[in-house]
Amino acid sequence: MTVHELKLRAARARLLALEMVYGAASGHIGGSLSSMDILSELYGEVLRVDPANPRDPERDRFVMSKGHCTPGLYPSLALAGFFPEEDLKLFRSIEGHYSGHPDMVHVKGVDMSTGSLGQGLAAAGGMALAGKLDGKGYRVYALMGDGEIEEGEIWEAAMAAHKYKLDNLCGIVDVNGLQIDGKTADVMPSEPLDAKFAAFGWHVIKADGHDFESLRAAFAEAAGTEGVPSVILAKTTKGKGVSFMENNAGWHGKAPNAEQYEQARAELVSAIEKLEVE
Amino acid sequence: MAEKIATRAAYGKALVALAEEYPELVVLDADLASATMTKDFAAAYPERFFDMGIAEANMTGFAAGLGTCGKKPFVNSFAIFTAGRAWEQVRNSVAYPRLNVKCVGSHGGLSVGEDGATHQCVEDLALMRAIPGMLVVNPCDGNEMRAAVRALLEYDGPAYLRLGRMAVETVTDSVEGYSFELGKAVKLREGTDATVCATGLMVQRALAAADMLAEKGVSVRVLDFHTIKPLDAEAVCAAARETGCIVTSEEHSVIGGLGSAVAECVSGCCPVPVVRHGVEDVFGRSGKAELVLEHYGLTAAGIAEKVEKAVSLKK
Repeated sequence: MTVHELKLRAARARLLALEMVYGAASGHIGGSLSSMDILSELYGEVLRVDPANPRDPERDRFVMSKGHCTPGLYPSLALAGFFPEEDLKLFRSIEGHYSGHPDMVHVKGVDMSTGSLGQGLAAAGGMALAGKLDGKGYRVYALMGDGEIEEGEIWEAAMAAHKYKLDNLCGIVDVNGLQIDGKTADVMPSEPLDAKFAAFGWHVIKADGHDFESLRAAFAEAAGTEGVPSVILAKTTKGKGVSFMENNAGWHGKAPNAEQYEQARAELVSAIEKLEVE
Repeated sequence: MAEKIATRAAYGKALVALAEEYPELVVLDADLASATMTKDFAAAYPERFFDMGIAEANMTGFAAGLGTCGKKPFVNSFAIFTAGRAWEQVRNSVAYPRLNVKCVGSHGGLSVGEDGATHQCVEDLALMRAIPGMLVVNPCDGNEMRAAVRALLEYDGPAYLRLGRMAVETVTDSVEGYSFELGKAVKLREGTDATVCATGLMVQRALAAADMLAEKGVSVRVLDFHTIKPLDAEAVCAAARETGCIVTSEEHSVIGGLGSAVAECVSGCCPVPVVRHGVEDVFGRSGKAELVLEHYGLTAAGIAEKVEKAVSLKK
């Protein structure tokens, strides 16, 4: 897809995310908006997946390690053709299986059930290891939050991925600088992330998580890296695309009220319209 | 003289014996391969063995990922770490997505011996039993363990398998018509006055208790519950109806394991006295394995005492 097409897809996905969270009156909007461009690049360009054959053993895998960001993942899957957009109305509803956190048993296109933070990178590592064992050419991607990586299991997985030379594994950290209780720098300082991952033996790539050309170059660099796993540290803005949600930890896991919804909707619709005439 | 072998040793041999037949079998360990007995598999199939270091949570997560790709991963550590340390990974990354991962806890119970309380897991059966859809298997001897490993390789789904450290006498090989089926208790001895439902190394002790009681004229049925979940409700309810009282015996806390499962079952189908024999809500302590078991009453005499109590409670 062209950069313009991806921008448009991400803009539409942001609107779907807002509608999902407003409709469900709950859900994690902030980190979903921050990761939306990364997800659009992945599902629009990077991942070799086929919605008609979602369990193809040869497919690339994606693990949403920051599993609370289903309002980011589900619209990305819907727009990629895994299920109808209409289904997003079932988000967090007893009427369906579009749970608050990704469910691989029921939701087409979900490669791993996640939600308990810190567990996705290990699962992705296992998938990458299976690929090496079977001599398959697929790649595995895991999207983590910069708050999530406070979990020790992430670093256990980082050690293991390096030990087994999983160069078919690419981690992405959505570095939006915020978590529920505030700034990651205050809650639990985790920087410098580049030096930490490098010390664990990973190839570190820095990218602008809202710039498709930057992301494309980063994914290409990761795919071309041999012998070690890669991590893309993608700098993002939490709540990206909705003015009053941007850089505000309060919007981590809260649904907007009617007035806030209308304002956010107007902003996101206007962004879509602008892109449509470009 | 019957074979005497630890279930962990039989397990390690079974992995090697079945490796060719099940090419998708892969084995993960957390720096305990010599103790969990996966070392022989590691030596024979190095490309299918992964030492994940002292990081059980990550080992479980890697196994989950391998499971999504059609592998049959067996993860190995001590019970306290497989079922305890990594409990939430087992729940959320293995059981919730119904992945084909076998979580193996070696050194279950007090018979760890000298290492003491930190390593004597008496809660693993309860922890694993509480997870929806999780199979819980605890074979009593080497013969049963070999059959269990094959059955678990055939079973597509999450399961917990407990292994023991100390050598135990093989008793199931001399049982006429013995066959291993997940979820089916094995009747080792017929009896009419009481039933002992035992699991793991308490099975041999239950047989010894039945011998002791036979001399006193008490006829005891002995059922071997190698599978704790799903519980063989038919065998439990038949025992309740036909013998009128039940004693459960396990090298595990009396809270949450086989005793709880049987009591829950009996209360719903045929309420009769159920006396639970196990570790009485305390931590273990260091000592030679057999002496530790004796210290906590996990002996044939301990079972016999509970049977007499159960019989006395019958109306």
